[in-house]
Amino acid sequence: MSTTPQGPFGARLERSSILELASRNRRLDGRGLTDYREIKIETGVVEKASGSAQVTLGKTKILAGIKLEAGTPFPDTPNEGVLTVNAELTPLAYPTFELGPPGENAIELARIVDRNLRESKAIDTAKLCIEPGKQVFVAFVDIDVLDHDGNLIDASTYAALSALMTSKMQNYKVKDGKIVYQEGFQRLPLNNYPVPVTFAKIGKTLMVDPCLAEEDAMSTRLTVGIEKDDAICAMQKGGMGELDSNEVKAAVDLAINKSRIIRTLIMETAK
Amino acid sequence: MKKLSKEKIPERLIDDNGIRLDGRRPEELRPTKLQVGILENADGSAYIEQGKNKIMVGVYGPREIHPKHMVLADRAAIRCRYRMAPFSTEERKNPAPSRREIEISKVIRESLEPSVMSEYYPRTVIDVFIEALQCDGGTRCAGIVAASLALADAGISMKELVSACSAGKVDGQIVLDLFDLEDKYGQADLPVAMMPNLNAVTLIQMDGNLSRQEFEKALEMAMEGCRQIRNLQAEALKKRYQTRLEVEKPEGVSEGAK
Repeated sequence: MSTTPQGPFGARLERSSILELASRNRRLDGRGLTDYREIKIETGVVEKASGSAQVTLGKTKILAGIKLEAGTPFPDTPNEGVLTVNAELTPLAYPTFELGPPGENAIELARIVDRNLRESKAIDTAKLCIEPGKQVFVAFVDIDVLDHDGNLIDASTYAALSALMTSKMQNYKVKDGKIVYQEGFQRLPLNNYPVPVTFAKIGKTLMVDPCLAEEDAMSTRLTVGIEKDDAICAMQKGGMGELDSNEVKAAVDLAINKSRIIRTLIMETAK
Repeated sequence: MKKLSKEKIPERLIDDNGIRLDGRRPEELRPTKLQVGILENADGSAYIEQGKNKIMVGVYGPREIHPKHMVLADRAAIRCRYRMAPFSTEERKNPAPSRREIEISKVIRESLEPSVMSEYYPRTVIDVFIEALQCDGGTRCAGIVAASLALADAGISMKELVSACSAGKVDGQIVLDLFDLEDKYGQADLPVAMMPNLNAVTLIQMDGNLSRQEFEKALEMAMEGCRQIRNLQAEALKKRYQTRLEVEKPEGVSEGAK
């Protein structure tokens, strides 16, 4: 069951100044409406994972790790590997993140990251097939939110993508239906590089990459996922407000431009 | 788990004459039947059949909220559950709530929130229960359509009805209101919910692959679908309350609103 959340939690004065500034197309931290906070990507931070990346987006900190394990394929796609995404809003990341099974926010986060990767066909799943119908590799993408200062969707997807891009598969042979691992590694085969761009609607103004205080003041959130050829691969509206169709179209146009810049950054860093 | 009934994967979803597998033209809705006030106990209820989709919605409230810590001092909380019946799909669906159902419950609630004048009912809860009895694609949209009607049936103040419809890409063509096979084997799905008379989009999701131009076309088409469904919703509400007046008046029953 999904229930109207409590909140907003932020200071009322801060919220009203964010709203007032937004009406003049300005932001609390001096950014322009189309400016992201600084994006830092560090890959290979967890050696035991097949791939890993830590992304900081302003003060938001996300760690994504990849594990490749042999498993069974789905009956309708016997020749394809499997992608599984999970996200944890760890209690160390924010005072109100609690222990326990993932809530609707963590599930939504994981499913948006999943949608970006899956619908753009980012992973070349055909190359993860070991024995058709019997064994394939399952790519587990696990996202740990370590520090929460807003825009978890973008930061998590950038982390997941960077981790996948730097993932290694151990060489193997199949002997009598069993996998025998050998020396050496190869890259995890990728086809696409989806980049989501998230907007917050505050008052009547749309801005990218909301920080936590801005998320507290926003009525509506919109994420637009763009793949490498500028096509749209994923979308999600969140929050309790509404958008008009011109706002949606303007967001898509801006997302296409913004995603190119961010993709270049990710491709250069996560080589 | 092995499939018992193997469904055939269609080679083409749209034929040379532009006719879809279920006989529709690209911009045509499925046959849609709406009914308001179908449950005895719920404060408001509605039923939708859209193609093979069959969905029932019951609304309870505004009523006291439990647990108490969920109270919102200045407005009603809205609580929403979207659930698929285990027998609603080709293969049995595990009755435990799936991650998909949890996400859909959230986006449906968020699609209804802007329409409900929740500030009229502080410290209460409005419960919206959506039971998908048979699923054939586009159930989140159909669920929203029925949920909005059930809220109106419960007499809850609203700014406008919420209508919903999806558009998408099938065999490279932009089409309206995808059914299951088109959703599965098509190239994109774009569910949209909106309050048509306010031009306010309250739900938008997308998966698949659409160019900027295709997206714009699909969005316009989905919004046009919402407007058509808005008319059906108004008719269904009128029908419900017209017949009641006709039945009640001659007998002089002075029973208040239920």
